[in-house]
Amino acid sequence: MRVAIASTGNSLESTISHHFGRCDYFVIYDTESKAIEYIPNPHKDAEEGAGQSAVQLVASRNVQKIISGDFGIKIKPLLDSLRIQMIVIKDNKKKINDIIEMLNH
Amino acid sequence: MSPRIRVLRKVSNPPLIKGFKPYGIASELGTEQVKLLYEEYEALRLCDYDMLNHHQASVMMGVSRPTFTRIYASALQKIAKAFVEGRQISIEGGKVYFDSDWYHCTSCGCYFNNPEKEKEVDTCPLCKSGQIIKPDNKDIEEDKAVKEFEDVCVCPDCGYEEVHKPGEPCGKNVCPRCHSYMKRKGSPYCRNFNNR
Repeated sequence: MRVAIASTGNSLESTISHHFGRCDYFVIYDTESKAIEYIPNPHKDAEEGAGQSAVQLVASRNVQKIISGDFGIKIKPLLDSLRIQMIVIKDNKKKINDIIEMLNH
Repeated sequence: MSPRIRVLRKVSNPPLIKGFKPYGIASELGTEQVKLLYEEYEALRLCDYDMLNHHQASVMMGVSRPTFTRIYASALQKIAKAFVEGRQISIEGGKVYFDSDWYHCTSCGCYFNNPEKEKEVDTCPLCKSGQIIKPDNKDIEEDKAVKEFEDVCVCPDCGYEEVHKPGEPCGKNVCPRCHSYMKRKGSPYCRNFNNR
Protein backbone atom coordinates (compact mmCIF):
# COMPACT_ATOMS: atom_id res chain seq x y z
CA MET A 1 0.00 0.00 0.00
CA ARG A 2 1.26 3.46 -0.86
CA VAL A 3 1.05 6.42 1.47
CA ALA A 4 1.69 10.08 0.63
CA ILE A 5 3.06 12.42 3.27
CA ALA A 6 3.14 16.20 2.88
CA SER A 7 6.62 17.28 3.89
CA THR A 8 8.61 20.50 4.31
CA GLY A 9 11.82 19.04 2.86
CA ASN A 10 13.33 16.15 0.96
CA SER A 11 14.96 14.24 3.78
CA LEU A 12 13.81 11.91 6.51
CA GLU A 13 14.66 14.59 9.07
CA SER A 14 12.24 17.18 7.66
CA THR A 15 8.95 17.81 9.42
CA ILE A 16 5.37 17.32 8.27
CA SER A 17 3.84 20.24 6.34
CA HIS A 18 0.80 21.98 7.79
CA HIS A 19 -0.78 22.56 4.36
CA PHE A 20 -1.22 19.68 1.93
CA GLY A 21 -1.68 21.73 -1.25
CA ARG A 22 1.25 24.05 -0.59
CA CYS A 23 3.81 21.75 0.96
CA ASP A 24 7.37 21.68 -0.43
CA TYR A 25 7.66 17.95 -1.09
CA PHE A 26 5.41 14.93 -1.26
CA VAL A 27 6.93 11.81 0.23
CA ILE A 28 5.50 8.67 -1.35
CA TYR A 29 6.16 5.68 0.87
CA ASP A 30 5.46 2.08 -0.15
CA THR A 31 4.72 -0.03 2.93
CA GLU A 32 5.53 -3.30 1.15
CA SER A 33 8.76 -2.52 -0.68
CA LYS A 34 9.75 0.19 1.88
CA ALA A 35 10.65 2.45 -1.04
CA ILE A 36 10.65 6.20 -0.45
CA GLU A 37 10.20 8.72 -3.24
CA TYR A 38 10.39 12.50 -2.94
CA ILE A 39 8.37 14.57 -5.39
CA PRO A 40 8.79 18.36 -5.33
CA ASN A 41 5.43 20.16 -5.38
CA PRO A 42 5.21 22.08 -8.68
CA HIS A 43 2.06 23.95 -7.60
CA LYS A 44 3.50 25.29 -4.36
CA ASP A 45 3.18 28.95 -5.33
CA ALA A 46 0.13 28.63 -7.59
CA GLU A 47 -2.42 31.42 -7.17
CA GLU A 48 -5.30 29.00 -6.78
CA GLY A 49 -6.15 25.35 -7.28
CA ALA A 50 -2.94 24.16 -5.61
CA GLY A 51 -4.87 21.55 -3.66
CA GLN A 52 -6.65 20.06 -6.67
CA SER A 53 -3.40 19.83 -8.68
CA ALA A 54 -1.68 18.24 -5.71
CA VAL A 55 -4.45 15.63 -5.43
CA GLN A 56 -4.11 14.84 -9.14
CA LEU A 57 -0.36 14.44 -8.81
CA VAL A 58 -0.63 12.21 -5.78
CA ALA A 59 -3.58 10.20 -7.08
CA SER A 60 -1.62 9.39 -10.27
CA ARG A 61 0.85 7.50 -8.03
CA ASN A 62 -1.96 5.26 -6.72
CA VAL A 63 -1.74 6.23 -3.08
CA GLN A 64 -4.41 5.04 -0.67
CA LYS A 65 -3.64 7.31 2.28
CA ILE A 66 -2.48 10.90 2.57
CA ILE A 67 -0.90 12.22 5.75
CA SER A 68 -0.69 15.96 6.30
CA GLY A 69 -0.91 18.61 9.00
CA ASP A 70 -4.11 19.91 7.50
CA PHE A 71 -6.19 19.81 4.32
CA GLY A 72 -7.87 22.67 2.48
CA ILE A 73 -11.63 22.88 2.36
CA LYS A 74 -11.92 21.91 -1.34
CA ILE A 75 -9.89 18.73 -0.93
CA LYS A 76 -12.13 16.68 1.33
CA PRO A 77 -15.01 16.02 -1.09
CA LEU A 78 -12.47 15.36 -3.86
CA LEU A 79 -10.59 12.75 -1.85
CA ASP A 80 -13.83 11.26 -0.56
CA SER A 81 -14.96 10.59 -4.11
CA LEU A 82 -11.52 9.17 -5.02
CA ARG A 83 -11.69 6.98 -1.90
CA ILE A 84 -8.37 8.12 -0.56
CA GLN A 85 -8.07 8.23 3.20
CA MET A 86 -6.95 11.45 4.87
CA ILE A 87 -4.96 11.41 8.09
CA VAL A 88 -4.39 14.68 9.93
CA ILE A 89 -1.51 15.02 12.39
CA LYS A 90 -1.84 18.24 14.34
CA ASP A 91 1.63 17.96 15.89
CA ASN A 92 3.73 19.82 13.29
CA LYS A 93 7.06 18.87 14.87
CA LYS A 94 6.63 15.24 13.75
CA LYS A 95 9.42 14.13 11.44
CA ILE A 96 8.94 12.01 8.30
CA ASN A 97 11.09 9.41 10.02
CA ASP A 98 8.69 9.10 12.95
CA ILE A 99 5.67 8.77 10.69
CA ILE A 100 7.24 6.02 8.58
CA GLU A 101 8.16 4.22 11.76
CA MET A 102 4.57 4.45 12.97
CA LEU A 103 3.31 3.09 9.66
CA ASN A 104 5.65 0.10 9.92
CA HIS A 105 4.53 -0.66 13.42
CA MET B 1 -29.05 33.18 -20.43
CA SER B 2 -27.43 30.22 -18.84
CA PRO B 3 -29.45 28.26 -16.33
CA ARG B 4 -28.91 28.59 -12.63
CA ILE B 5 -26.12 26.39 -11.24
CA ARG B 6 -27.33 23.31 -9.36
CA VAL B 7 -26.57 23.10 -5.68
CA LEU B 8 -24.26 20.22 -4.77
CA ARG B 9 -26.21 17.43 -3.08
CA LYS B 10 -24.65 15.71 -0.11
CA VAL B 11 -24.55 11.91 -0.21
CA SER B 12 -23.62 10.44 3.16
CA ASN B 13 -23.94 6.75 2.22
CA PRO B 14 -22.96 5.85 -1.34
CA PRO B 15 -24.65 2.69 -2.69
CA LEU B 16 -22.89 -0.64 -2.20
CA ILE B 17 -23.75 -1.79 -5.71
CA LYS B 18 -23.51 -0.27 -9.18
CA GLY B 19 -26.99 -1.21 -10.34
CA PHE B 20 -29.65 -3.85 -10.95
CA LYS B 21 -30.33 -6.35 -13.73
CA PRO B 22 -33.71 -7.88 -14.55
CA TYR B 23 -33.94 -11.66 -14.97
CA GLY B 24 -36.24 -14.09 -16.73
CA ILE B 25 -36.81 -11.97 -19.82
CA ALA B 26 -36.52 -12.18 -23.58
CA SER B 27 -33.02 -11.43 -24.77
CA GLU B 28 -33.77 -8.16 -26.51
CA LEU B 29 -35.15 -6.69 -23.31
CA GLY B 30 -33.01 -5.66 -20.39
CA THR B 31 -30.15 -4.35 -22.44
CA GLU B 32 -30.92 -0.68 -22.27
CA GLN B 33 -30.16 1.04 -19.05
CA VAL B 34 -31.99 3.52 -16.88
CA LYS B 35 -29.50 5.87 -15.25
CA LEU B 36 -30.37 6.48 -11.65
CA LEU B 37 -28.33 9.38 -10.29
CA TYR B 38 -26.54 9.17 -6.94
CA GLU B 39 -28.70 11.94 -5.54
CA GLU B 40 -31.83 10.03 -6.53
CA TYR B 41 -30.56 6.91 -4.82
CA GLU B 42 -29.79 8.94 -1.71
CA ALA B 43 -33.25 10.55 -1.76
CA LEU B 44 -34.89 7.13 -1.95
CA ARG B 45 -32.68 5.81 0.84
CA LEU B 46 -33.44 8.70 3.18
CA CYS B 47 -37.14 8.74 2.45
CA ASP B 48 -38.12 5.09 2.18
CA TYR B 49 -35.34 3.26 4.01
CA ASP B 50 -34.57 5.66 6.86
CA MET B 51 -38.23 6.76 6.89
CA LEU B 52 -37.52 10.47 7.08
CA ASN B 53 -40.00 12.99 5.72
CA HIS B 54 -39.05 15.24 2.83
CA HIS B 55 -38.21 18.14 5.12
CA GLN B 56 -35.81 16.11 7.23
CA ALA B 57 -34.27 14.41 4.22
CA SER B 58 -33.72 17.73 2.42
CA VAL B 59 -31.73 19.00 5.43
CA MET B 60 -29.59 15.87 5.34
CA MET B 61 -28.81 16.38 1.66
CA GLY B 62 -28.29 20.12 1.94
CA VAL B 63 -30.95 21.11 -0.60
CA SER B 64 -34.32 22.83 -0.27
CA ARG B 65 -37.47 20.84 0.41
CA PRO B 66 -38.99 21.44 -3.08
CA THR B 67 -35.72 20.41 -4.73
CA PHE B 68 -35.64 17.25 -2.65
CA THR B 69 -39.20 16.40 -3.67
CA ARG B 70 -38.24 16.84 -7.32
CA ILE B 71 -35.22 14.54 -6.94
CA TYR B 72 -37.39 11.97 -5.17
CA ALA B 73 -40.13 12.12 -7.82
CA SER B 74 -37.54 11.64 -10.54
CA ALA B 75 -36.11 8.61 -8.68
CA LEU B 76 -39.53 6.96 -8.46
CA GLN B 77 -40.25 7.66 -12.11
CA LYS B 78 -36.97 6.10 -13.23
CA ILE B 79 -37.45 3.01 -11.08
CA ALA B 80 -41.01 2.58 -12.34
CA LYS B 81 -39.76 2.89 -15.91
CA ALA B 82 -37.11 0.24 -15.32
CA PHE B 83 -39.64 -2.12 -13.69
CA VAL B 84 -42.28 -1.76 -16.36
CA GLU B 85 -40.00 -1.86 -19.38
CA GLY B 86 -37.65 -4.49 -17.90
CA ARG B 87 -34.58 -2.31 -18.11
CA GLN B 88 -31.35 -2.40 -16.17
CA ILE B 89 -30.75 0.27 -13.55
CA SER B 90 -27.28 1.70 -13.24
CA ILE B 91 -26.53 4.05 -10.39
CA GLU B 92 -24.16 6.74 -11.60
CA GLY B 93 -23.49 10.43 -12.01
CA GLY B 94 -25.35 13.39 -10.60
CA LYS B 95 -24.19 16.57 -8.96
CA VAL B 96 -23.14 15.22 -5.61
CA TYR B 97 -20.32 15.19 -3.12
CA PHE B 98 -19.54 12.38 -0.72
CA ASP B 99 -19.12 13.21 2.88
CA SER B 100 -17.35 11.11 5.46
CA ASP B 101 -16.78 11.65 9.15
CA TRP B 102 -13.62 12.29 11.09
CA TYR B 103 -12.31 9.77 13.57
CA HIS B 104 -9.84 10.62 16.30
CA CYS B 105 -7.07 8.41 17.69
CA THR B 106 -6.25 9.12 21.32
CA SER B 107 -3.04 7.11 21.21
CA CYS B 108 -1.15 9.11 18.55
CA GLY B 109 -3.43 12.16 18.46
CA CYS B 110 -4.21 12.04 14.75
CA TYR B 111 -7.50 12.58 12.97
CA PHE B 112 -8.57 10.46 10.01
CA ASN B 113 -11.60 9.67 7.88
CA ASN B 114 -12.94 6.45 6.45
CA PRO B 115 -13.56 6.64 2.69
CA GLU B 116 -14.75 3.02 2.51
CA LYS B 117 -18.01 3.14 4.33
CA GLU B 118 -18.76 -0.54 3.95
CA LYS B 119 -15.96 -1.41 6.35
CA GLU B 120 -16.03 -0.52 10.02
CA VAL B 121 -12.99 1.25 11.39
CA ASP B 122 -11.58 -0.20 14.57
CA THR B 123 -7.86 0.54 14.44
CA CYS B 124 -5.94 3.73 13.78
CA PRO B 125 -4.40 3.66 10.27
CA LEU B 126 -1.23 5.28 11.57
CA CYS B 127 -0.31 3.62 14.87
CA LYS B 128 -2.66 0.59 14.60
CA SER B 129 -3.96 1.13 18.12
CA GLY B 130 -7.59 0.46 18.93
CA GLN B 131 -8.05 3.64 20.96
CA ILE B 132 -10.15 5.58 18.53
CA ILE B 133 -13.12 7.81 19.09
CA LYS B 134 -15.86 7.38 16.55
CA PRO B 135 -17.61 10.46 15.27
CA ASP B 136 -21.13 11.17 16.32
CA ASN B 137 -21.63 14.58 14.73
CA LYS B 138 -23.63 12.95 11.94
CA ASP B 139 -26.09 11.49 14.39
CA ILE B 140 -26.40 14.85 16.09
CA GLU B 141 -27.02 16.52 12.76
CA GLU B 142 -29.57 13.89 11.87
CA ASP B 143 -31.31 14.19 15.22
CA LYS B 144 -31.40 17.95 14.85
CA ALA B 145 -32.91 17.66 11.39
CA VAL B 146 -35.46 15.15 12.62
CA LYS B 147 -36.37 17.25 15.63
CA GLU B 148 -36.57 20.53 13.79
CA PHE B 149 -39.10 19.27 11.30
CA GLU B 150 -40.97 16.84 13.47
CA ASP B 151 -44.68 17.21 13.05
CA VAL B 152 -46.35 18.09 16.30
CA CYS B 153 -50.00 18.71 17.09
CA VAL B 154 -50.53 21.50 19.60
CA CYS B 155 -53.57 22.59 21.60
CA PRO B 156 -54.26 26.27 20.85
CA ASP B 157 -55.74 26.86 24.31
CA CYS B 158 -53.42 25.25 26.81
CA GLY B 159 -50.32 24.51 24.70
CA TYR B 160 -50.40 20.71 25.17
CA GLU B 161 -48.28 18.99 22.49
CA GLU B 162 -48.26 15.51 21.05
CA VAL B 163 -46.56 13.88 18.06
CA HIS B 164 -48.62 14.13 14.90
CA LYS B 165 -49.85 10.86 13.40
CA PRO B 166 -49.38 10.80 9.62
CA GLY B 167 -52.64 10.68 7.68
CA GLU B 168 -54.74 11.85 10.59
CA PRO B 169 -55.82 15.50 10.56
CA CYS B 170 -54.87 17.22 13.82
CA GLY B 171 -58.25 18.94 13.99
CA LYS B 172 -60.01 15.62 14.55
CA ASN B 173 -58.28 15.02 17.85
CA VAL B 174 -59.15 16.79 21.07
CA CYS B 175 -56.74 17.93 23.74
CA PRO B 176 -56.83 15.48 26.69
CA ARG B 177 -56.44 18.34 29.15
CA CYS B 178 -58.91 21.01 28.06
CA HIS B 179 -60.92 19.18 25.36
CA SER B 180 -60.49 21.74 22.60
CA TYR B 181 -59.53 20.79 19.06
CA MET B 182 -55.82 20.30 18.31
CA LYS B 183 -53.95 22.25 15.60
CA ARG B 184 -50.77 21.57 13.62
CA LYS B 185 -47.80 23.30 15.21
CA GLY B 186 -46.53 26.14 13.03
CA SER B 187 -49.75 26.38 11.03
CA PRO B 188 -51.40 29.84 10.74
CA TYR B 189 -54.19 28.80 13.12
CA CYS B 190 -51.94 28.29 16.09
CA ARG B 191 -49.80 31.39 15.54
CA ASN B 192 -52.02 33.37 17.93
CA PHE B 193 -51.11 31.01 20.69
CA ASN B 194 -47.40 31.28 19.95
CA ASN B 195 -47.51 35.07 20.03
CA ARG B 196 -49.40 35.21 23.27
